[in-house]
Amino acid sequence: MALLQLSEPGQSAAPHEHRLAVGIDLGTTNSLVATVRSGMAVVLNDELGRPLLPSVVRYGAGGRVEVGHDAQAHQSADPRNTIVSVKRFMGRGLKDIAHIESMPYDFVEAAGMIKLKTAQGIKSPVEVSADILKALCERAEASLGGQLTGAVITVPAYFDDAQRQATKDAARLAGLNVLRLLNEPTAAAIAYGLDNASEGIYAVYDLGGGTFDISILKLAKGVFQVLSTGGDSALGGDDFDHRIFCWVIERAKLSPLSHEDARLLQMRAREAKEFLTLNGEAPITAKLSTGEFVDLRLTSETFTEITRTLVQKTLGPTRKALRDAGLRPEDVKGVVMVGGATRMPQIQNAVENFFGQEPLNNLDPDKVVALGAATQANLLAGNRAAGDDWLLLDVIPLSLGIETMGGLVEKIIPRNSTIPVARAQEFTTFKDGQTAMALHVAQGERELVSDCRSLARFELRGIPPMVAGAARIRVTFQVDADGLLSVTAREQTTGHEAHIEVKPSYGLSDDEIAAMLKDGYTHASEDAFRRALREAQVEAQRLVEAVQSALKEDAHLLSTLERTHIDGCLTKLQTVLLGDDRRAIDAAMDALSKGTAEFAARRMNQSVQRALAGKKVDDVTL
Amino acid sequence: MTIFDLETVKQDYFSLFGLPRRQELDSVRLEELYRDIQAKVHPDRHAHLSDSEKRMAMQWATHVNEAYLTLKDPLRRARYLLQLAGHDIGLESNTAMPAGFLIAQMELRETVAEAKDAGDVDALDALHHRLRQEIGGEYASLRDALDTGDFARAGALVRQLMFQEKLFQEIDEALSVLEA
Repeated sequence: MALLQLSEPGQSAAPHEHRLAVGIDLGTTNSLVATVRSGMAVVLNDELGRPLLPSVVRYGAGGRVEVGHDAQAHQSADPRNTIVSVKRFMGRGLKDIAHIESMPYDFVEAAGMIKLKTAQGIKSPVEVSADILKALCERAEASLGGQLTGAVITVPAYFDDAQRQATKDAARLAGLNVLRLLNEPTAAAIAYGLDNASEGIYAVYDLGGGTFDISILKLAKGVFQVLSTGGDSALGGDDFDHRIFCWVIERAKLSPLSHEDARLLQMRAREAKEFLTLNGEAPITAKLSTGEFVDLRLTSETFTEITRTLVQKTLGPTRKALRDAGLRPEDVKGVVMVGGATRMPQIQNAVENFFGQEPLNNLDPDKVVALGAATQANLLAGNRAAGDDWLLLDVIPLSLGIETMGGLVEKIIPRNSTIPVARAQEFTTFKDGQTAMALHVAQGERELVSDCRSLARFELRGIPPMVAGAARIRVTFQVDADGLLSVTAREQTTGHEAHIEVKPSYGLSDDEIAAMLKDGYTHASEDAFRRALREAQVEAQRLVEAVQSALKEDAHLLSTLERTHIDGCLTKLQTVLLGDDRRAIDAAMDALSKGTAEFAARRMNQSVQRALAGKKVDDVTL
Repeated sequence: MTIFDLETVKQDYFSLFGLPRRQELDSVRLEELYRDIQAKVHPDRHAHLSDSEKRMAMQWATHVNEAYLTLKDPLRRARYLLQLAGHDIGLESNTAMPAGFLIAQMELRETVAEAKDAGDVDALDALHHRLRQEIGGEYASLRDALDTGDFARAGALVRQLMFQEKLFQEIDEALSVLEA
C-alpha cells in the first residue's frame, strides 16, 4: 500500500509497536509507578526492590534534591527542608490547611497557593510534586528501557479544579505527557473489576494518607460508570497519626516541642498506628532533644476512642454519595477497600457495619490504584489488545457555578454530572449602558460564594451599551475528561467573546511554568535546548503516527485532492522531524493538524453513525 | 447500513438514540445505546490520536452525555418533549397550583424543617425514600398525558413535579448540613 511507503526507515510507524505508558499514584504518603507488561499490570520497584516511593522531598543546603527513602531518612534532622505530605498543599491557600501550627515549614502566602521557603529557595507544592514525579519517571524509564509515551496520573475523586490543575501542572513540569487525570477510586475499580469480571453496584472506600474518597460505581458490560462520588480532600491516615501525636503530648505532659522533636513524635505516632493493625497494644518511646523521655503504651481501645470522630467523618460523605446515586447500603454488591489507612481495624469495622457486609481486601490497598492506572494508561496510549474494550464514565465531584447578585452562587453544572459535560447559562446587564461584566467562577455546594472555592475571576469587556437587561451574555462551562474546567463567555447580540482556561487565579500561569522549566536548566542551557527539541520530536512523532493510523483506517473519507494535501503535510513533518529546528517542527505540526481537522470530523461522524447502526457494522470494521 | 443524518442527530436527542419521541421509554435500551455510542466517541477512545480528534471526541461525548441525561430523567424528558412540541409550560407566568397539592406540600415542608431542627438524620432519610416512592404515580399520569398529546395537563403535572423535586433537594441539603 502506498501509505506505508510514507514512513521513513527506522521511524516507528509500525502499527503494533508497544508504546511505553505508565500509571502513577501520586500519594500523600507514598507514590508508585506501574505499567502493563505482557498483558499484566505490575508495580515497578526501585533498584533495591522497593515498590513504594515515600512522597518526601528534601531540598538540602548543598543544592541536592533527594526524593523518597533518602529524604525520609532526614525528615527528623532537617524538617524545614524536608517536605512530607505535599499533596495536602496542592491548590491550597494558607487558610485551607489544618494543623499548620505544628508544621515545621516556612510558609510563604502566594496568590491562591501557598509556597515553602527551603534551603534551595521558594518552592511551590507543584514543584515539589514534580520532583516526586520525575523520580518515578526515571525509575520507569530505567526499568522499561525507553522514553515514556505518556502517563495516567491519579487524583482523589474529591479533588476540586484547583487541585487537579496543580497536579497536571506538576506533571508538565516533570516533562510527562499526561494521557489522563484519573480518579483514584475509579482506578481501583478497574483493577478489581477487570480481575473479577463483576457486574453490579460497587462502592470504593478509599482512605489514603491525606484524602478520603467514596465512589459508587455501576459495572455493566465492560462499562465502569461512576454514579456518584463524595469525600473529604483533607482527611486521611495523617489525621489518625495526629490524634496519637496529640495524645502523646497530653499524656507525657511535654513542654512545647522543637520542630525536630515534633517530627520525631509524628513518626513514632505513625509507627504506633501501623503496629496496632496487628497488635492490641503499641509501645511509643522516644528520647527528645530536651532530655525528656517518652515511654507510653497505646492500646487499640484508646486508639479507637481518640479517632472515633475521624471514622465518623468518613460515613457522612458515604451516606451522601449513596443518596446522590439514589441507592441504599443494601443495594451495594461489594465494597472495595483502597489506601493504606483502610488497614486500621476500626475502619474495617465501621465499613462492615455501615454496609452490612465484609469489605473486599483481596488486592494490596497500597498498590491497587497504581495498577488500575497502569491498565488505563496502556489502553489510552493505544496498546489495545483483543478484549480491552472497557470504558470509564466518571463524574465531577463538586458543583460549578457563578456568583450572582448578593454573593450567591448560581449552579451551572451540578456535582456528579458525567464528564465531559458542558452547560451554558445566560446573564444580563444590571445597569443602563453597562459595557463590562465581571464573572466569578466558584466550586462547591454551598449557597454563598464565600463558602465555596473561588476558581477564577474574569471580565467580559466591550459589551455594546444597551438598556439594563437587554444584553444577553451566554457563559459556557466545559469540563473535559480530566475533570478540568474551561469557561467561555459570549455576548449574543454582537458575538463578542472571552475565553478563559480556569487557572491563572490560583495555579501557575504558562509563563510561570516556562520560567520554572528554564530555571531548572540555568546551569545547563544546552540540556534545556536538547530537551525541548526532544519533546517536540516526540510530540511530532505521535502526531505522525496518529495521522498514519487514521489514513490507514479511513482513507475512503477523503477526496484525492484532500489526500494529496494531507500526504504533503505529513511528508513535510517527517522531513523536519529529523532536524534540530524546533520552530520548523512546530510549524509543520500546526499545518498537519489544520490539514486533518476536517478529516477528524468525518471520522468521528462515521464512528457515531456506526454506533447508531448497531453491532453488525462493528463486526465488519474489526 | 442506515445512514443517519448527523444534523438531525445533533438536534434531537430521541433520534440520536434512535428511540421514538415519547415519554414512555425503554430505559434499559436507552442505557445500552448510551454505552454503545460512548464506547465509540468517548475521549478515552481517542487519547492516542491528534488534538483535532481529541477535541472532536470531547464535543461528541459531551453531546451524548447531555442527551442521555435529558432522556433518562423522566422530568427532564417531559420538559424536553413539551419543548419539542412547542408547548410553553409557563414556568414564570403560570404559578397557579391546586389548593390540596399546596397544603400537602406545606405540611411536608414543615415535617422536613422539624426533622432538620431536631437533627434527625434517619427521619429525613426515611422521608426522602418515602416521597420518592409516592411520586411514582404522578410520573405515570405524566406519561399518559404526554403520550396522548394532552400537553396542557402534562404542563401542569410538570410544574407540580418540579415543586416536589425541589423538596427532595432541600431534604438532601438538610442532610448534607447535618452530616457535615
